[in-house]
Amino acid sequence: MLSMTPKEVLERSGIKINPCKTCQPVGAMYAALGVHACMPHSHGSQGCCSFHRMYLTRHFKDPAIASSSSFTEGASVFGGGSNIKTAVKNIFDIYNPDIIAVHTTCLSETIGDDLNAFIQDTTIPEGKYVVHTNTPSYVGSHVTGYANMITGFIKYLSVKTGVSNGKVALIPGFINPGDIREIKKIAKLMGIPFAMLPDTSGVMDAPMTGTYEMYPKGGTTVPDIIGLGDCKKSIGLGEFATTLPIEALRTKCKVPFLSMPLPIGIENTDAFVMALQEIATCEVPYELEEERGQLVDIILDAHPYFHNKKVAIYGDPDTVLGIAALTLEMGMHPKYLVTGTPGDAFMVRGKELLAKYGIEDAIIKSGADLFEMHQWIKNEKVDLMIGGTYGKQIARAEDIPLVRAGFPIIDRYVHSYVPIVGYRGAMALVEKIANALMDRQDRDCADEDLELVM
Amino acid sequence: MDSKGRVLDKYSARVFKNRKEHVLVKAAENDTQVISANTRVIPGIMTHRGCCYAGCKGVVLSPLKDVAVITHGPIGCAFYTWGTRRHKGRAGEDGKNFIEYCLSTDMQEADIVFGGEKKLRQSIKEVVEIFDPVSIFICSTCPVGLIGDDIHAIAAEAQELYGRPVMAFSCEGYKGVSQSGGHHIANNSLMKNVIGTGDAVKEKFAINVLGEYNIGGDGWEISRILKRCGYHIVSVMTGDGSYKEIQNAHTADLNIVQCHRSINYIAEMLKTKYGTSWIKVNFVGTESTIKALRDMALYFGDPELIARTEEVIADELSEISEELEYFRTRLKGKTAALFVGGSRAHHYQFLLKELGVETILAGYEFAHRDDYEGREIIDTIKEDADSKNIETITVSHDPEKFNLFLSEEQYEKLKEKIPLDNYPGMIKDMNAGSIVVDDLNHFETEEFLKLLKPDIFFSGIKDKYIAQKGGILSRQLHSYDYSGPYAGFRGAVNFARDVTMGIYTPAWGFVTPPWKKTPTLVGTYGGDA
Repeated sequence: MLSMTPKEVLERSGIKINPCKTCQPVGAMYAALGVHACMPHSHGSQGCCSFHRMYLTRHFKDPAIASSSSFTEGASVFGGGSNIKTAVKNIFDIYNPDIIAVHTTCLSETIGDDLNAFIQDTTIPEGKYVVHTNTPSYVGSHVTGYANMITGFIKYLSVKTGVSNGKVALIPGFINPGDIREIKKIAKLMGIPFAMLPDTSGVMDAPMTGTYEMYPKGGTTVPDIIGLGDCKKSIGLGEFATTLPIEALRTKCKVPFLSMPLPIGIENTDAFVMALQEIATCEVPYELEEERGQLVDIILDAHPYFHNKKVAIYGDPDTVLGIAALTLEMGMHPKYLVTGTPGDAFMVRGKELLAKYGIEDAIIKSGADLFEMHQWIKNEKVDLMIGGTYGKQIARAEDIPLVRAGFPIIDRYVHSYVPIVGYRGAMALVEKIANALMDRQDRDCADEDLELVM
Repeated sequence: MDSKGRVLDKYSARVFKNRKEHVLVKAAENDTQVISANTRVIPGIMTHRGCCYAGCKGVVLSPLKDVAVITHGPIGCAFYTWGTRRHKGRAGEDGKNFIEYCLSTDMQEADIVFGGEKKLRQSIKEVVEIFDPVSIFICSTCPVGLIGDDIHAIAAEAQELYGRPVMAFSCEGYKGVSQSGGHHIANNSLMKNVIGTGDAVKEKFAINVLGEYNIGGDGWEISRILKRCGYHIVSVMTGDGSYKEIQNAHTADLNIVQCHRSINYIAEMLKTKYGTSWIKVNFVGTESTIKALRDMALYFGDPELIARTEEVIADELSEISEELEYFRTRLKGKTAALFVGGSRAHHYQFLLKELGVETILAGYEFAHRDDYEGREIIDTIKEDADSKNIETITVSHDPEKFNLFLSEEQYEKLKEKIPLDNYPGMIKDMNAGSIVVDDLNHFETEEFLKLLKPDIFFSGIKDKYIAQKGGILSRQLHSYDYSGPYAGFRGAVNFARDVTMGIYTPAWGFVTPPWKKTPTLVGTYGGDA
């Protein structure tokens, strides 16, 4: 496995090998699926749309619907204006969504299609909406595309009427429906009225009923997106995926924002709960305090198995930083923090976090790839890897236990239902980490050392 | 109104006009029925098709294990074709296996504005230094074609510089109407630049396996059987294939074509250039496999080979017959709908029939008319603007390497017995009243499934859960739902087992909660306690 990967690290400025990111449009598609009765639309060649639907379906094991402008060579020369007009008509005729959310691709961006002008020029049926965002694949990553699509919804739809609706706008980062449910649960327990954009719960984790619904029950409704403009505050959970939309909401509707890390781990969840408490001016309910106490109890109970264990964490920036925080709280030693998404802020945040725990020998890198991480591991091994599916090659090559968390996970089931955010999510992740490390001890020890009590 | 009419009736006039040509109901009498295929998709129609790049890099080139395929473009395209198609491969003696790797130039905004040639040159340099590959292929993505990076010139320059074959493929996603254009671009280049450059000596019973991509290990299972019979497999295009093997493809005496769609034109070119005949084979289903093996043996006409073929057939059958018969009892009477690529929607009908399952709807995602109607109509296919954009190459007779295995007389005689250079297409094998749909889209999938209510829908990942959420078992026939192999004798059992498991898995019985099946109000009458 990966036997051609040499131990010696060659500085590269050209080739990316085994990337740890993908392109903007797939993130935009995911964000759009979190809007109720929304048809995500890919303005480009149909292969993009096909790849993204394939990927999201493989991660969520649920249908990921989306349409395409199906560019041909002619459209690439003359522009995709007529393609988008035809597409919009056909989508409303045949699939009848409430809203179409268009995102661009590297093809339509390179030829300079002006989606604003195209959409203004398109006949949109009464009561229906078409919005768009620009997601050139050669900028940022799928996380950027996710942020851009949410921003697109806000820019097109959110309106400040001047009358506050008393709600908090919650903008979650690139997380699973199971995480979204957990965040909503916490907000409800805190008694906070909220609107959430996007909300992929009830869409990408829809139940089996025997009847296929193209637009399942879940998702943020269009009126809710419009109402974001009247929220008293917005909270972005995950700086890298949500800064753009919360800033857009402030610019357009003067809604003040709070940017926070994804609530992964004790401190990050505490910060989220306290931010909600400040808004609600209420006591934190016992139910949450109990969960928190249980989590701390578990970590204390099992700490010998975590202590100083070296861990490589890779994936999307907000998720990696969140998981790093949790592993630090558990007494582990993050050795490599890797994201493919470009941007220096990841390194800055990572360093700050590790400094709090006195860890100085970690390598933190954005815009990195898994080939590079594998080479570091070859030079200094870790006890555990945490991240998405593609790490399994390295885990196998170097015989390192792997805990799957983040995106994409295309080789396992149930992950999109089980949260990693909040105290409950942390418990689930702690259990997985403990099991991975302890199973390894059981596998590797001598017969006489096999412990029945651990 | 028949089911075709009932489904298409919901379309607007313009969409109806287009789609009605792509859907037909198989007539009772064996008239020639014409279907529209390989035409562009209407924007906004949720097609399941992919693009030219997916066909070129994803399907044909990726399985070549000793080739470092660099995707020149933004990160996505390379990422989506990294280990996602199950074309299995084991490293050869040189230890090279690029199937586990994903190589991309990861173009950034500056590369789009100022050109990506510099980054591509640097990427090739680094790939040579790190991996020392046998060969390097460069595949372009949409923006590359638009900004005009000259990947062919860079390939030529790198070939000179690094002393190994470097080839470029202009397979931008917007070219053509589906993956099919990409198959052409990839195969044409293999034909032009690779085949015929090797110096292997001719072997007895030497064959090439064309259009077999070793999904789920199919190619390995087919090779196992063929080797038992005594064949020498020169190359496989391209499942678990290698650059080095394909170089010697001209030394075979017979080409067997599994996927007609993706490679029939190469089979024709190999015949023109090297004199090698081809036959259409199908290794899906035991009867089809037996027919393919007998046809091949008949082609070589060697009594010993014919006898050994029969021995192998008998032996392989004895190994699986009992098990297959069991699954037949479980599946008999079920109905199926198939929507797969360019061959499987046809191939699997034979296996399903053996298992007692009737195919009531079948369609190809990216086939051409000849895959539906048979090769005899090829000359009548009109070229359109989209097909003109895909390069066609012509080859001529190679005086040094040309070699006819059969005399003209033998050839004509055999042509009556075996499908020499022929493929009759899918429609002829379908039952009257069954439905054929080209480029079946989301809407039609939903509607036909509701109307026809098949027991199983064989398709891909994008539509799998649409069917399943509607209560119909769906098995992926692109990836075999991570199972397989499905080809050959043992593969037939694997397939039958997987389908049976899917139909009878207990969870189907829990879809409706019990409280929805019983009256809500429970009470007692009058004074009864």
